[in-house]
Amino acid sequence: MTTTHAAEAPPPDAPDGLQEHFDATIARDQRVEPRDWMPEGYRKTLIRQIAQHAHSEIIGMQPEGEWITRAPSLRRKAILFAKVQDEAGHGLYLYSAAETLGADRDDLTERLIEGRQKYSSIFNYPTLSFADVGVIGWFVDGAAICNQVPLCRSSYGPYARAMVRICKEESFHQRQGYELLMTMMRGTDAQREMVQDAVNRWWWPSLMMFGPPDDASPNSARSMAWKIKRHSNDELRRRFVDMTVPQAVKLGVTLPDPELRWNEESGHHDFGTPDWDELMRVIKGDGPCNEQRMERRRTAHEEGAWVREAATAHAAKQAARAERGAAA
Amino acid sequence: MSTPETTAAPTASPIPRAAAIALGDDALVLSHRLGEWAGHAPVLEEEVALANIALDLLGQARVLLSLAGDEDELAYLREERAFRNLQLVEQPNGDFAHTIVRQLYFSTYQHLLYAELAAGGGPFAPLAAKAVKEVAYHRDHAEQWTLRLGDGTEESHARMLRACEALWRFTGELFQPVEGVEVDGKRMETAWLASVGEILRRATLSVPEGPRSGAWAAGAGRQGLHTESFGRMLAEMQHLHRSHPGASW
Repeated sequence: MTTTHAAEAPPPDAPDGLQEHFDATIARDQRVEPRDWMPEGYRKTLIRQIAQHAHSEIIGMQPEGEWITRAPSLRRKAILFAKVQDEAGHGLYLYSAAETLGADRDDLTERLIEGRQKYSSIFNYPTLSFADVGVIGWFVDGAAICNQVPLCRSSYGPYARAMVRICKEESFHQRQGYELLMTMMRGTDAQREMVQDAVNRWWWPSLMMFGPPDDASPNSARSMAWKIKRHSNDELRRRFVDMTVPQAVKLGVTLPDPELRWNEESGHHDFGTPDWDELMRVIKGDGPCNEQRMERRRTAHEEGAWVREAATAHAAKQAARAERGAAA
Repeated sequence: MSTPETTAAPTASPIPRAAAIALGDDALVLSHRLGEWAGHAPVLEEEVALANIALDLLGQARVLLSLAGDEDELAYLREERAFRNLQLVEQPNGDFAHTIVRQLYFSTYQHLLYAELAAGGGPFAPLAAKAVKEVAYHRDHAEQWTLRLGDGTEESHARMLRACEALWRFTGELFQPVEGVEVDGKRMETAWLASVGEILRRATLSVPEGPRSGAWAAGAGRQGLHTESFGRMLAEMQHLHRSHPGASW
């Protein structure tokens, strides 16, 4: 395995032996920690990926948050509250992980608001019925789990450890989402129609969550060589489909793909091709809710400025008082 | 010390339904208002904190309403006039200062109330004993923010003054008697004024001078007389449940 890592040429000023030490750490599947030397490209790729991941948690609060005030039972309302709260918590873990790489949370927030950093394409789709809440749990958290479970073994220690905690909570939410859909499928015709409609709208966007196909994913190879990422986009996508199809059967819904069938030979499902043009449009900002999600984030940030300034001013006053107290 | 009063099982006496509904509605409605903050909070930590408080309150509401009947039926199928919550908790979120002051006024009240109910050994004692720990955290959160905003910048100070004034007239009803809630309202009111006054003073804010209730407001929420924004809040809250009569979720 030692020959597979595509180490960058060490920068001219990299002290002797550091690049070799880093390469050996990766090759032995050991963790890179914040104070270890690492190639600049590795650091930058990680900051980008972790920040994007953190942003996704924060923007991801919006589509589900839409339904907190309309949840149709107090139990579902409590579940939704807890989930949205967890997402904010996941955002916090991830920003902390990014900060171990020398990034600054405020700066990352600015980058998000200015559109210079991305978040998951999936959150640019609208939640139009309460079944969407269940489908987001089932598909979106399911896809996130496929993506994130391997990241628990990511080569960067703080990221891998954040993923362990996040995955535990995500799988809990995924089960709750599926259970909501189960309940609705056992309910009225109108509820069953809501579920099928939500499945129809979210299936393809969920497959797109894994990113572009492997032959169009420029950063993938390097991330895999560095063991930041463990599996290719297409591999994870196929894993998600294989996992989800039997769950759809059990639920009694149809997945909106006429090409979807079991392939005896490969031992996997064959499935149709997502609309990659749509994915590109959404990533570039032209999805159904991009504008609204960013606007909401920007407004919350701007309208909260006076609160953050007050907290800073108060802390400064307290510190000054403590100092005066100590001097007296 | 082993008098018959202290050895009697506190759960033995039946829960007064009207009281469970009144206290349950307070928690339900404030929890809903806090839910409107999701995704709008000024810092990420406050997304967590506000959701956390809302979730505690929702938990209290579910226990209380379940004591009075079916929680969902009570939450989703009653009309505005049948709700018994305080007008204070239904007040719109406004800016962060309004939300914090509403929380300070209410948490201080709820903390005193639950502490008293927990100590009283009546039917609400077991529930109050659990809730009082949550509410202590809510009150602390509101207190910390009152200090930061009151004694922060000029702008935050001004916003806090406005919020304190605007919500002051809803605080009189906190101490109106509630059927089935056996507490000394007068004593609670004195303790509340002392506690809130002390926090406002430390936050360099002045205690509002206006009346704490007008002729139209005193005890009105407890009688099902609410402010205008409440109907719209309920319309949003109940819409989906009412659209699918008899459905389970």
